[in-house]
Amino acid sequence: MTDYSYYPGCSLEATAIEFNDSVLAVFEALQVGLHELDDWNCCGASSAHSMSHALSLALPARNLAIAQKAGRDVVMPCAACFNRHKTTDHVMRNDPEQRAGLEKMIGFEFTGTVGVRPLLDVVGNEIGLERIRAMVKRPLTGLKVVGYYGCLLVRPPEITQFENPDNPQLMNRLLETLGADARPWSYATDCCGGGLSLTKSSVAMKLVTRLADRAREAGADAIVTSCPLCQLNLEMRQPKTSPKMPIFYFTELMGLAFGLEKAGGWWSKHLIDPQPLLRQLPV
Amino acid sequence: MLDTTFTTQINLLSSQTIQLCYHCHKCTAGCPVAEDMEFGPDRVLRLVQLGEKERLLASHDIWLCAGCETCGTRCPNEIDIAQVMDALRQIAIAEGVRPAEPYAEKFHKVFMGVVRYMGRMHEASMLGAYKLWSMDLLSDMDSAPVMLLKGKVPLLPHLLKGRGEVRRIFEETSNVKRET
Repeated sequence: MTDYSYYPGCSLEATAIEFNDSVLAVFEALQVGLHELDDWNCCGASSAHSMSHALSLALPARNLAIAQKAGRDVVMPCAACFNRHKTTDHVMRNDPEQRAGLEKMIGFEFTGTVGVRPLLDVVGNEIGLERIRAMVKRPLTGLKVVGYYGCLLVRPPEITQFENPDNPQLMNRLLETLGADARPWSYATDCCGGGLSLTKSSVAMKLVTRLADRAREAGADAIVTSCPLCQLNLEMRQPKTSPKMPIFYFTELMGLAFGLEKAGGWWSKHLIDPQPLLRQLPV
Repeated sequence: MLDTTFTTQINLLSSQTIQLCYHCHKCTAGCPVAEDMEFGPDRVLRLVQLGEKERLLASHDIWLCAGCETCGTRCPNEIDIAQVMDALRQIAIAEGVRPAEPYAEKFHKVFMGVVRYMGRMHEASMLGAYKLWSMDLLSDMDSAPVMLLKGKVPLLPHLLKGRGEVRRIFEETSNVKRET
């Protein structure tokens, strides 16, 4: 099995530390090597492109140069980081003039030999569900969940080149492979307002409340995400009045289903404790 | 006569052709924050077509756009409206326009200030600076200390070896305008 370069992104060093821990544990169990990019920088996430178009391309371009030197496809767990790097990759491949400017600024020649891959894509399509099924020691029977993608993993589709932005299927298929009861719902790619979580929290709260309500209507007891910004926003901005719904990373549920001992250390990092829900599961 | 200078500027900055919009409202119908906006995405495009620069740069809408890309994905004329919102924010910041949503504008500036000097985001520094500026020290006090106690937010930043390179990228891009 091919090894990959790994770009954790800034959130996975801090507020999404349990995402990083679970990614590393699951890849170790699957015996797929992840090699962290040397001295990677912040991609600028949602702020750089609000301030300067050139900066929003140049920051990811430095990381693409590092990844190209390393010579492996680079896996990105954070949807925002993936989106920014994939946007820069798209410009490099399709706009010779901007590409020339970026190559000069960063000091490298873009070859296009290295792919920018979202984590869910590598897990579901490269490692594959059959191999994951074979690793399941403790099926998540009775765990009722909805898979949630958010925005930046799937939109804009001409850049992300991933799943159908209106009705993606891979996350629910992965969750079913783990033995969970993945419920169908129509909100898997509706925005949670994560970008406004700190600056306009009333709007973020409205969007999060709607998502949590719809997840409950679909019969779910938890939401499963693939994005650190969604996860934090969905935990922080659920209304205090109703019982709060736990928000998992899909890699955490993989680790749990694989029977990894390390999984026990991830739940205490959550702002909404998922342990009461997990204790109800028939083991 | 209609002054098209502003429309041309936005088309260049966003790589879009705003004249293609025929106002089917599909963008606004699907926009998650339209109900909190003054205009909504399709009327923002209309105001660009009409050259209403001051109204747009002073509007809440350019800061409320969450950049979710739902509008651009659904537009029958393939206008990426989030790119238009980016261009409007970039012009507002470059020209020092007083933002209708000062918290949003400040957040972006503080965020990029941290990245400029450290090479990576350091959430404790960023949140500290943002909270001090906004004097909003009490909100989220239920979750912020919890995150520190859970060891989620390291107090010391990671300093990049290549932070000089990152700073040079900031300097070199500060004067670049998109030509195409």
